[in-house]
Amino acid sequence: MADKILLNMITQRSIEEGIAMEIGKPSPEYFDACALIEMNEDDIKELGITPNTNVKVTSESGEVVVKAIVARQSCYRGLCHIRQSVWANQVVPPRTQSTGEPQYSGFPVIVEPAPNERIKSALECVQGAVGLWKGDE
Amino acid sequence: MPKVIKNVGCPYCGTCCDDVEVTVSDDGKRVLEVKNVCAIGTQIFMHGGDHEGRIKLPRMRQPDGSMKDVSFEEAIDYTAKVLLKAKKPLMYGFGSTNCEGHAAAARVMERSGGCLDNCASICHGSSFLAIFDNGYPSCTLGEVKNRADVVVFWGSNPAHAHPRHMSRYSIFPRGFFTGKGHNSRTVIVIDPRYTDTARVADHYLQVRQGHDYELFDAFRMVCHGHEDDIPDVVANIPKEKILEVAEIIKNARYCNFFYGMGLCHSDGRNHNIDIAISLTRDLNEFTKCTIMAMRGHYNITGPGAVWSWQFGFPYCLDLTKKTMVHMNPGETSSVDLAMRDEVDAFINIGTDAGAHFPIPAVQHLKKHPFITVDPHINMASEISDLHVPVKICGVDDGGIVYRMDNVPIQYRKVVDAPEGVPSDEEFLDAVYNRMVELEGDGFL
Ligand code: SF4
Repeated sequence: MADKILLNMITQRSIEEGIAMEIGKPSPEYFDACALIEMNEDDIKELGITPNTNVKVTSESGEVVVKAIVARQSCYRGLCHIRQSVWANQVVPPRTQSTGEPQYSGFPVIVEPAPNERIKSALECVQGAVGLWKGDE
Repeated sequence: MPKVIKNVGCPYCGTCCDDVEVTVSDDGKRVLEVKNVCAIGTQIFMHGGDHEGRIKLPRMRQPDGSMKDVSFEEAIDYTAKVLLKAKKPLMYGFGSTNCEGHAAAARVMERSGGCLDNCASICHGSSFLAIFDNGYPSCTLGEVKNRADVVVFWGSNPAHAHPRHMSRYSIFPRGFFTGKGHNSRTVIVIDPRYTDTARVADHYLQVRQGHDYELFDAFRMVCHGHEDDIPDVVANIPKEKILEVAEIIKNARYCNFFYGMGLCHSDGRNHNIDIAISLTRDLNEFTKCTIMAMRGHYNITGPGAVWSWQFGFPYCLDLTKKTMVHMNPGETSSVDLAMRDEVDAFINIGTDAGAHFPIPAVQHLKKHPFITVDPHINMASEISDLHVPVKICGVDDGGIVYRMDNVPIQYRKVVDAPEGVPSDEEFLDAVYNRMVELEGDGFL
């Protein structure tokens, strides 16, 4: 068992995210569809947690708390996936390798259990980052 | 009587399904039902027209952080002034607007001497770089449907990103030479995840993330007769599997590679696409082989076509010199401009930079005036100084749209937008006219 593990993170689309995004990004559907990290079952076990526990994901450019689930579109050990979303973009490095495209796929993250930490809403993530968040009304 | 409108185009993904049937209410203001559309497309149509919750007036941020409704005249005036005052404004987005809107945006940014960029900048931009260097041996989706007996999805997952792509064009439909539908085709999926697309594949290759280039190289070695020199395992794939799949592709009557963000966003970027194009070319020694980028938004191919025609470049346009255009991804691309703090005003249009840019880039952009032009509330609108609602192209506005295979399609309006809400083109043209007026009055 480990306190934290180093994984390779990728972000891509998912149909759940697409539907929820069109319902609206501030909606609970978007939160449920995207505030997740998909991992290999053995990596979740290695962290000593059960699926559906909150974890903190830290990269070179930020951190985010999301819920760890076993990937349905499975990941091999060492690979993890956060759906293209507000939460993923809290940790996606903005470096572009001179192409304009940020490093959306293939960057190291540290994942550690955070069962008592709260997952921020989409609005809180973005407004909070630019100093506009006033708390839930 | 509710009216049924047939052969409507869906304004969500690059598959651009143009067989949608929409039932609209008597008064032509609401969509009641949609057919021939996937779950994502359904949501889009249901959010069109005049209904409760639709934003009908621009909203301006107040000193206390709240938003207040303002008139469209005020919004036009504010946008024109922001653009004229800025030394290097940036307008970014355009995945979800029509080509008429793209042309109007180009007029505005040429006049204001700023940068103009579209979502390709953060998704298929690297495809453009490779295509400039190595060509684009592509085809139309109709050719895939009618001819392709081998279809490869490399780093793309249409089951999620383009839900009807497989049933309309690439796997299941019966075509002229593919009369047995799915049974006429061999489907190969290459992806680090066992995706839902992989579930329908005949062959699945679980490539190690970020090692696509090596696998392409191995396939090219087979094409060039050097299979003996391949190591036993390449990028997680055993040599026997590589030889087996290479044999299937070489013996195809017609093969098409569909590739997606898995290649563009992984290390290697444009080099991954470059070698994919080279492999496609090599395979034409044995069979007919083509390649196609799985473009995301329904009209993200559009700005590339419109601006190439207007300026000679598809994206990352630097119009600051006014007399000549310059394009250099890495330098004139939105995220790089933001990270270097080089722009002093930002207009987000037909996309959501607030949700889809890495957050450090959003923080930089937010230091300056930040405007969103979009029919809906999104993350960018919620941090904007001004949010301007517009019509939804394909639902309450028509226009030209380019499908992922560069085929232009005429989209239609099916319902009426709320009164007074302009299209992107109308709003941008009004901003242009106001800029001309202000300049004439000696503003600045
Ligand atoms: S596949 Fe794409 S274009 Fe077709 S209905 Fe679904 S979202 Fe719309």
